[in-house]
Amino acid sequence: MASGLRTEFAEIGSGSRLSAFFGAFRRWPIVSIAIIATLALVAVFAPALAPQSPIKSNLRDRNAPPFWYTEWYEENPKAARVYVLGADPIGRDLLSRLIHGARISMMVALVALVSGTVIGTALGLIAGYAGGAADEIITRVVDIWLGLPFILLALIVAVTIGSGILTMMGLLAATAWSPFVRNVRAEVLTLRELDYVALARVGGASPTRILARHILPGVFNTVLVIATLRIGQLILTESFLSFLGAGIPPPTPTWGAMVADGREYLRDAWWVSVFAGIAIGLTVLALNFLGDWMRDTFDPRLRQV
Amino acid sequence: MIGATIIIFGASRLLGDPTVLFLPEEGYGLDVAELEKARQRLHLDKPVPLQYAYWVGDILRGNLGQDLADRHPISTKLRQKLPPTLQLAVGAYILATLIGIPLGVLSAVKRGTLWDFGGRTFALLGQALPIFWVGILGILIFAVWLEWLPAGTMGEGFSPRHYILPTLTLAWFPAAGYLRLMRSAMLDVLDSEYVKLARAKGVNSNAVIWKHAFKNASIAPLTFSGLLLAGFITGSVSIEVVFGWPGIARLAVEAVQTNNLTTLSVITLMFTLIYVVTSFIVDIVYGFIDPRIRYS
Repeated sequence: MASGLRTEFAEIGSGSRLSAFFGAFRRWPIVSIAIIATLALVAVFAPALAPQSPIKSNLRDRNAPPFWYTEWYEENPKAARVYVLGADPIGRDLLSRLIHGARISMMVALVALVSGTVIGTALGLIAGYAGGAADEIITRVVDIWLGLPFILLALIVAVTIGSGILTMMGLLAATAWSPFVRNVRAEVLTLRELDYVALARVGGASPTRILARHILPGVFNTVLVIATLRIGQLILTESFLSFLGAGIPPPTPTWGAMVADGREYLRDAWWVSVFAGIAIGLTVLALNFLGDWMRDTFDPRLRQV
Repeated sequence: MIGATIIIFGASRLLGDPTVLFLPEEGYGLDVAELEKARQRLHLDKPVPLQYAYWVGDILRGNLGQDLADRHPISTKLRQKLPPTLQLAVGAYILATLIGIPLGVLSAVKRGTLWDFGGRTFALLGQALPIFWVGILGILIFAVWLEWLPAGTMGEGFSPRHYILPTLTLAWFPAAGYLRLMRSAMLDVLDSEYVKLARAKGVNSNAVIWKHAFKNASIAPLTFSGLLLAGFITGSVSIEVVFGWPGIARLAVEAVQTNNLTTLSVITLMFTLIYVVTSFIVDIVYGFIDPRIRYS
């Protein structure tokens, strides 16, 4: 794997202008970082940035088109305002909903990611360091977990517990943890054989101390890389469940639910579904790009993740 | 192999508890006496582990239970809905292989060219865009604006043209995965000593690529099938909902709307089973293709 990577980088300097262009992106993913930073800012300052309330509807302006449809606004002088990206089927401002949706998506994904990372890393550390029965059980549980069709399981949970922000965070955390266990465990298996860990053990350090002070820093890169690669998936899953109506219930604006809102009105109001989808796609694309870059830079062994 | 049985056991246990536990809460407007009767019929008056045993026992004997809402046996429903889902999935799988693998090879061989750029863009987009949205976009562009293809419902007047959009959409994500894996595997192999030796010996370039490099590189995409299958389940749900496809995944989503847990859990169990069986087959095929695995 590493050799292929080397050639990939070697080729960047030479080659055509196109590959140089691609190479620049890979080496320092400015565009991705810019997109993610913008999104983070938008998410934090959503109430200040959104021109309108994301929930208030104005039934007279339902499915109002984006601002460049000037004819529509001339024909409907009574429209409450110019909707920059149009309005949805019950007359809510799409831009405001998108901005608030960014906040919801980011929040849910981050909470899920952090809890998944902590749980997964902890289990990985235990499995890798303790070995024996603990290792066996944890590895088996991960195997079983990965064999389950998660989306359907999430639907069952949505029926039994009911949908909501907390349920969604829990569900996403439940998908987030497993890759951490596998990779951290593998990493710990090599680290624990190293001399400095053996020395710490000889020096009388307790297992907790060894794990926290000597092994955890060693797996930090791996954890960071997987977390970045994972968060895009979490946002995708969140939007999908919301699209199916099993996610965060209305009227909370979520990107997935917005795509679903526009499904029935494709002929009259394409903007309802399209913009929300672009928001999801762009976010996930930026995160994936960043994740790929971090993996290649910090931890090329993780190619399979 | 042992893992497979454990997975099925674990999965059914995970499903068994919530299924049976939450059934009576809905009630469906029955009065108390009737409810009690229904509970007895469904073994809900027994303790949870026993309920679980009943559930597994029934399924092992081929009795999948009844649909909670309309009391039809679930097995007939599944039999009706399975073929459309399979047609779609198999079609998309073939398409994904036909698109992803050659494009991956091409992308690796013509590294740094427009082909490579196009291939990688295709792959990146395929892994980042939400499938349900791609489906809607497809309907918008090809059915609403261009009016080339039907918007998807398989209703009356069904023709092969109905398959085009759903299959293509479903195939994109796995094709993207295949492409990326094939590309990186090919780059590794093309860099190896034996390929260089073959080149140095003057073997013609096509033969080097297809006979020497491709054979070894194609092992990597095989390992991807597990992930691929998980993606297919998500994909099928999206596609069947978006295109109104009368398949199993849509049955599952409809079951959510009617709080129909029995149907939902049987479908989940079925997908798990499909997953386990497929990974088992892949393991065998894998050992067959790559002898190193059989000996380790």
